Amino acid sequence: MNERQIQLEVLRYNPETDDEPRFQTYSVPCPDEWVVLDALNYVKDNLDTTLSYRWSCHMAVCGSCGMMINGEPTLSCKAFLRDYPDHIRVEPLAHFPIERDLVTVIDDFMGKLSRAKPYLIPKEEKAIEEGEYRQSPAELKRFKQYTLCINCMLCYAACPQYGLVPAFIGPAAITLAHRYNIDSRDGGRDQRQQVIATNEGVWECSFVGACSEVCPKHVDPAAALQQVKIASTVDWYKEHLMPWGGKS
Amino acid sequence: MMEKIQTDVTIVGAGGAGLRAAIALAEADPKLRIALISKVYPMRSHTCAAEGGAAGVIKPDDSLDLHFSDTVGGADWLCDQDAVEFFIGEAPKELTQLEHWGCPWSREPDGSVAVRPFGGMKIKRTWFAADKTGFHLLHTLFQTSLKYPSIQRFDEHYATDLLVDDGRCQGLTAIEMRSGQLRQFQAKAVIITAGGAGRIFPFTTNGAIKTGDGMAMAYRAGVPLKDMEFVQYHPTGLPNTGILLTEGCRGEGGILVNKHGYRYLQDYGMGPETPLGQPVLKTMELGPRDRLSQAFWHEQRKGNAVSTPWGDCVLLDMRHLGEKKINERLPFVRELATSYLQKDPVHEPIPIRPVVHYMMGGIHTDINAATVVPGLFAAGECACVSINGANRLGSNSLTELLVFGKRAALSAIEYIGSGKVTPNDTVLTKQAEVVQSRIRALFDKSGGTESISGLRKEMTDSMEEHVGIYRTAEGLEAACAKLGELRLRYQGIELHDKTNVYNTDLLQALELGAMLDCAEAVAVGALERKESRGAHQRLDFEARDDQNYLKHTLAYYHPKEPPRIEYLDVVITKSQPSVRDYSGAKK
Repeated sequence: MNERQIQLEVLRYNPETDDEPRFQTYSVPCPDEWVVLDALNYVKDNLDTTLSYRWSCHMAVCGSCGMMINGEPTLSCKAFLRDYPDHIRVEPLAHFPIERDLVTVIDDFMGKLSRAKPYLIPKEEKAIEEGEYRQSPAELKRFKQYTLCINCMLCYAACPQYGLVPAFIGPAAITLAHRYNIDSRDGGRDQRQQVIATNEGVWECSFVGACSEVCPKHVDPAAALQQVKIASTVDWYKEHLMPWGGKS
Repeated sequence: MMEKIQTDVTIVGAGGAGLRAAIALAEADPKLRIALISKVYPMRSHTCAAEGGAAGVIKPDDSLDLHFSDTVGGADWLCDQDAVEFFIGEAPKELTQLEHWGCPWSREPDGSVAVRPFGGMKIKRTWFAADKTGFHLLHTLFQTSLKYPSIQRFDEHYATDLLVDDGRCQGLTAIEMRSGQLRQFQAKAVIITAGGAGRIFPFTTNGAIKTGDGMAMAYRAGVPLKDMEFVQYHPTGLPNTGILLTEGCRGEGGILVNKHGYRYLQDYGMGPETPLGQPVLKTMELGPRDRLSQAFWHEQRKGNAVSTPWGDCVLLDMRHLGEKKINERLPFVRELATSYLQKDPVHEPIPIRPVVHYMMGGIHTDINAATVVPGLFAAGECACVSINGANRLGSNSLTELLVFGKRAALSAIEYIGSGKVTPNDTVLTKQAEVVQSRIRALFDKSGGTESISGLRKEMTDSMEEHVGIYRTAEGLEAACAKLGELRLRYQGIELHDKTNVYNTDLLQALELGAMLDCAEAVAVGALERKESRGAHQRLDFEARDDQNYLKHTLAYYHPKEPPRIEYLDVVITKSQPSVRDYSGAKK
């Protein structure tokens, strides 16, 4: 297997010892098939045990290892070195405060996710003994794509609007709310609309589409946000223009 | 002053089992103070990596008895049959509960939940959400848990020690990664749901977090680890990374061939060959994982393996399934093989080899998920109930998380209600301070002679060389000696990072300590078990020995010496040990 010497330029920041972030460059011998995470692990094991970053599954499903790699929000376990030049710059995800080195503070996202009520609010209660809710493959397909979000937050790092307006609930949380809204088993849309069909919700989105471009799971949050906007507009017309508020 | 948090129940580990336990507690009594501690955020837990599915009897052609006999036979009779029976009875209810919480299970055209074939199962009974079942199960549980305000999460807290006073478990200490501060959690009951220890091996499907922390914590507090020598190799891992390709690949009709294009499984008691694209349950590629992994070992020795830059492999051929079926049923598999190995299963066979996947053993619990220490419960991969015995059947473990996660919660509630549990604050605080001093001493130490990554590599190398698919006394003795030596040398490590915030040097040091303890329990258990059963195969004792070893191994911790080994009879209710027959000719 061929090997390349990669210059890995890594943002370092330790709040106890550093006034501000700095960069440190490591020279790492890398087999062709490695991903950026492998190179970081090489540094940790062989060159510098003080480097901190998050990772676990190494198969792009746990969502831990999102970073800015040469300026792009990327999962480091899926950033193949074959796609990069010999000099690679690694920084923590943009738009989140740095906790330490490549580790960011994600309280904001966790709070927003929770507020979006991303859980089934059943249309009709059913006892376990009565078995499963019926759902056709077509009904499943309608929302399935939006269930694939791994909460890696690359979309938040890519979203210019989130960078400008931190109150924006953001792509992943709105997408997950929408995922439940369009699930045939769910009846909780009204509750979620109070959170997502607001100025800090979908109406903050300027439809740049960067979220969908960086999504490692092809969830397409931009499409979800557009669907929420359209549905919310229909709600408005129903409420204001139709007799009896559209609720016949 | 160390921060002290008062709880009713503290749960360690927020994967499938921990989340299920937390929800069960919150639903049973909204007034319970629940602390859910995890060294990662819940959605990072390794439950997310499970692909294939979760077993539970739901279809009219299936029965609880059939699931029972598949599981007990799959386990090579080393499971407790009362536990298996309870598990199988609860399984359909738990999977339906997940459905009611929104899990996107794959569906039949009539809208009912679909099931797929899985290895060692006589009937199709594996519920699946495409090939990301564990991911959906974890996220459904995590998202559902957000409904309950009484579940207070302590994300990125590393639990270090149980607090045991008066013979009862009454809490634990944990380090908050963000601040580096040690916190004391007092609890009327503690539930450990901290996952397995696959990282004691170098080549594993397990994520970096699977370092046996929960197992080691209980072990050091005096709870025996049970049947640790039973380590499951999954037959189909990508050779360069150890990434798993689900058993669903074979359930959907994928075949295994050697370098001659020959379906070699027919030579290992799993024939005759079944028609291409028409998999037959419980034979050939749908045999159990232990048999398939062992067959690879033999093929390799016969010179029938395919040589690749990553070592010897066999081929998993799915081309005949066609692009449409692969995209619909196995999209993640296609993505993983294409990106990580640059081979597209639609167009070419995928080289694979067996990879360490799952620990059948773990914290010794009874059928109620209770350990021998009152107030301490365990569930999930870190626990050994045991329903998996010597070899777990694929798709039983996701279900196990749910059934025994909930069971642990209900047992904890029962325990709390049964007695007057008044903690002795002075004693507990003193214990927590001892932990604090120990960690401070680790920080203060200088002149260390050992590196964390160096010791870790020696450990994993020794496990791979001597404690793999086939084992011998000679190799196991070498592994035991090496692990004893490494535990000693572990005292010589030094932290290079002496700061507090998100110190992964410290984290890795603590994880290594846990792994060494778990690895030694595996190796010593394997050395002492002089028979071959399920996933434990001895070249020097090739037969199963029910006379002497139809028993669980119990390993008791010793701070300086190898564990003391005792044995415990398995529970047999209705299935006497017999021959495991995975030939297609069986009746």
